[in-house]
Amino acid sequence: MSSERPAAIDVRDAVKRYGDFTALKTISLSIQDNEFFTLLGPSGCGKTTLLRMIAGFEDVTEGAIYLHGKEIAKLPPNKRPVNTVFQNYALFPHLSVLDNVGFGLEMLGRSRTQARARAGEMLELVQLSQFAHRKPAQLSGGQQQRVALARALAPQPKVLLLDEPLSALDLKLRKAMQIELKHLQRETGITFIFVTHDQEEALTMSDRIAVMSSGELQQLGNARDIYEHPRNMFVADFIGETNLLAVTVDRIEAGRAQCHLGGGQSLGCDAVEGVGAGAKVHLSIRPERLFLTDTTPEGEGLTGRVVENIYIGTDIASLVDLDVGFRVTIRTSNSERGAKRLFEPGAQVVVNMEQGAARLLVD
Amino acid sequence: MRVGADRFAFPGFRTLTFLCLFILYAPLLVVTVYSFNDSRSITTWEGFSLRWYVDVFVGPDSAKFKSAAFNSFSIALIAASVATAVATSAALAMVRGGRFKLRTATFGLISLPILVPEIVTAVAILIFFNTIGFTRGYMTILIAHIAFCIPFAYLPISARMQGIEGSFEQAAMDLYATRAQAFRRILLPMMMPGIFAGFLLAFIISLDDFIITNFVKGAGVETLPTAIFGSVKQGIRPNIMAISTMLLAFSTVIVTLSWFISRIDRTK
Repeated sequence: MSSERPAAIDVRDAVKRYGDFTALKTISLSIQDNEFFTLLGPSGCGKTTLLRMIAGFEDVTEGAIYLHGKEIAKLPPNKRPVNTVFQNYALFPHLSVLDNVGFGLEMLGRSRTQARARAGEMLELVQLSQFAHRKPAQLSGGQQQRVALARALAPQPKVLLLDEPLSALDLKLRKAMQIELKHLQRETGITFIFVTHDQEEALTMSDRIAVMSSGELQQLGNARDIYEHPRNMFVADFIGETNLLAVTVDRIEAGRAQCHLGGGQSLGCDAVEGVGAGAKVHLSIRPERLFLTDTTPEGEGLTGRVVENIYIGTDIASLVDLDVGFRVTIRTSNSERGAKRLFEPGAQVVVNMEQGAARLLVD
Repeated sequence: MRVGADRFAFPGFRTLTFLCLFILYAPLLVVTVYSFNDSRSITTWEGFSLRWYVDVFVGPDSAKFKSAAFNSFSIALIAASVATAVATSAALAMVRGGRFKLRTATFGLISLPILVPEIVTAVAILIFFNTIGFTRGYMTILIAHIAFCIPFAYLPISARMQGIEGSFEQAAMDLYATRAQAFRRILLPMMMPGIFAGFLLAFIISLDDFIITNFVKGAGVETLPTAIFGSVKQGIRPNIMAISTMLLAFSTVIVTLSWFISRIDRTK
């Protein structure tokens, strides 16, 4: 039964300490076969450390790492059926592209002819066959990145680790590579563990995302879970843009929490277990789920004054000072439909919220 | 005149530069030119001739110079090889050994001989050999040369290594290479230009050395620099100029080679 097959990677209570500094605080997570799994977080959150522990470049201070049920934490990197795409690619400068891609197979004991034949196939897969006999430095950044990918995939690893492989590419190439990577993962059926600090990249590519900060796992889920149901302040703030309002819970009624904003105004949102009346919490409201009108159409509108409109291409961000004392950002799509919801700076407006847009967060 | 050149020019610096270059190179030029002089005089020009070059190889002093040249080149070759091997190991430990206690002190220890006045090193080595009762001769010169060549070989090698990120070896080991394979297949080829440059530098330093050699050599064992010095004491003959010119040409070739090799970028 495939459902009983052990996870591709199972990290159990892994801790990493460097002297007094704890880089990872007791992380446990399971990554399934054929999954595109992303470790997402700001720099210094421990995501790369965790990746390097799986690759074997860092010792595991405490805990264990299993690959298909086999403990690998004590094995050196060359004994793990895991390959890495490095952030700087680390292509061997003195070897041709073909020999770079064939290196892993040669080290596994295949003959040079066999290794080269397989390397040729891999180069075909990443559409670089015509560059097989060049040196890596003669290729562009995007091509080097594909060589690194081919090299890591050639020995058919159980798990492919990718350490911010797209960070050196320009935006357009990065977008194209994101799609190519996703396709490659589906075609090869290899489990990908992808490290990035770019939340958009993570949302675009991943089956599941582990959001990390200061050495801790903050939330684990698919893109929609993480964006729409952030578990805490950090996740809400880190993933996308959001308005965070410090409020006090007034009362709980029928699964809804009424939150006091000040000035006699309040907002309703889904109640959270363990949060009662009087609790000081935060509300997270995504800017794209707010809209402006000049009069209150129905229900929960908050009055305010437009401070500034910022043009960002696809959208226009309006900064509005609410009369109750908060400043919020509202995103309006840059379209004819959106234009009706834009107001000049200084205008008195009503800020309206879509149904269910406010999310209650406990600190 | 190039645009912008004036902005950084200080008055008189050009003259000073030319003066320095003149003082440095004029004597070399004189020696080179007069080595082709068809005269026993070292000051009056009497026409072009290669007779002093012939004299070096077949003249009355030729046996002395041949044995000195053999000593010089064999010592330089062995000393540079051993020093390069030691320096490569040292560079590996220093650059890849991670942080260890006394790392800075070790670096100082390796490179200090370059800064210490050569005469101090010479006296120290002489006293050392005397103390342990080592008879002076070819071996004492060789050992001394190996010792003082190490820092010169070390500098280009470690500079090269510092430019090689650790991720290359990690990538090799990630691709199933053992530590030894990662070294031989990846790190060593990438270090090669530095190792070769270090070898050539050590070779030329050994070939050129006079002070230390003069202190530790035994009676009857000469290298080219000490043999030349010995001849000059009895008066400067034009054959000395011919030898000097050949040494100069050889050194220039080696140093130039070393410079080009250290600039080889294996990534191209």
